Amino acid sequence: MLSKRIIPCLDVRDGKTTKGIKFKQNIDIGDPVEMARFYYEEGADELVFYDITASSEHRDIMIDVVRRVAEEIFIPFSVGGGIRTIDDMRRVLLAGAEKISVNSAAVKDPSIISKGARAFGSQCIVLGMDVKQVPISNNIPSGYEIVIHGGRKYTGIDALAWAKRAEKSGAGEICLNSIDADGTQEGYEIVLTRLISENVNIPVIASGGAGNIDHLYDALTQARADAALIASIVHYGTYTIKEIKQALIAKGVKMRKTWLL
Amino acid sequence: MIAIIDYRAGNLKSVESALIKLGFSCRVTHNREEILRSERLIFPGVGAAGKAIDDLRSLGLDKLLKESFDAGKPVLGICLGAQIILDKSEENNVQCLGLIKGEVKMFPSPLFSGNNERLKIPHMGWNGVRLIKNHPVLEGLMPADEFYFVHSYYTLPASDQYVIAMTEHGIEFPSIIGNNNLIAMQFHPEKSGNSGLRILKNFCTWDGHYAE
Repeated sequence: MLSKRIIPCLDVRDGKTTKGIKFKQNIDIGDPVEMARFYYEEGADELVFYDITASSEHRDIMIDVVRRVAEEIFIPFSVGGGIRTIDDMRRVLLAGAEKISVNSAAVKDPSIISKGARAFGSQCIVLGMDVKQVPISNNIPSGYEIVIHGGRKYTGIDALAWAKRAEKSGAGEICLNSIDADGTQEGYEIVLTRLISENVNIPVIASGGAGNIDHLYDALTQARADAALIASIVHYGTYTIKEIKQALIAKGVKMRKTWLL
Repeated sequence: MIAIIDYRAGNLKSVESALIKLGFSCRVTHNREEILRSERLIFPGVGAAGKAIDDLRSLGLDKLLKESFDAGKPVLGICLGAQIILDKSEENNVQCLGLIKGEVKMFPSPLFSGNNERLKIPHMGWNGVRLIKNHPVLEGLMPADEFYFVHSYYTLPASDQYVIAMTEHGIEFPSIIGNNNLIAMQFHPEKSGNSGLRILKNFCTWDGHYAE
């Protein structure tokens, strides 16, 4: 039986790790390779790097980060942010990432999902979805809308329809981020996560809102997520990954127990 | 020198990084001479069976792999490289290399867990293995060891004699199989933390002999 995955997310800008609180006040935390190694040794099941570098001429710094991470850590990791073309995907994968995640680029050109899946296989294409709750309407029957640009721009796309379409196009996984919950530390968006997870047959990573272990428990059980993305609660030392996993195991969730090895 | 066979099939960099970390010299290559000279082979792979077989044939690597296997060289198949060593695959309905008798099947759909929850395909994430028999490459395996899987098809050897370990995802399927000097695993040891690195290390010092 599969274990549920705990995935620390590292935001990287100009080669340095940061953590965005509601995508605003970015605080420098440190070196991404050092942090990756730390979480790897602590028992993280996977890592996500999100490149928030603004200027494209600094993108090579991220490729270098990916290369150094791939030499040091031996668990899967994905890279998102600024991936717009098949060539961008190829560069990140060749540098040693296991997966790439596309978000606003897929909104602008959905064919990037099918092209990426054809070129590299579905297993390495993650669809990142930023979602906000909105009033139910003809256009947005689920009441959840896809947003881009850190939640500033509404796209008119229904989140559930988008998830199903991405699955059909060849996405291998969905990273589902609730903009409403992100940075609040008040819990994942359970209704949204369950809605998406029950309606697609690819794994769903819950993202946004983790503040304590009960939040992770709810996301991984009630909301049926396959994995939970975490950031602040480990970056700021509230919990170690081992503490999170041991508490979840005590509540009956299956986890990989690296501390026994 | 260990040859990591390059037939344009995905993430070879991580296998190479893992071997370098473990201190073994290796080459990512599709060069015939280099592969013949190598002491052992790693046969990785990500992607679809049909394209992989086409690429192997066009590079002449299908015959070379068979020759190396017949000569008794230790061979490690990983993921797709563990599938296309069987006789045939349901994926793209393709004839494969036939180093182990049997076939590659798609996971049944829909797939349910013991408590009737719908399971997802691909089987993606960390899962354990249930050892059917001991093998030198698996020495030191602990009950808590888990490995990183990502696949929608699974291997089904024609006889239990080839099955070394099983894994459960709705059904129980053979996750490690072998035949003499060949051992093959559905998961990615190069992406499975210390649990996987131990297996790679064992393989890199294995003499290729296996008796039950």
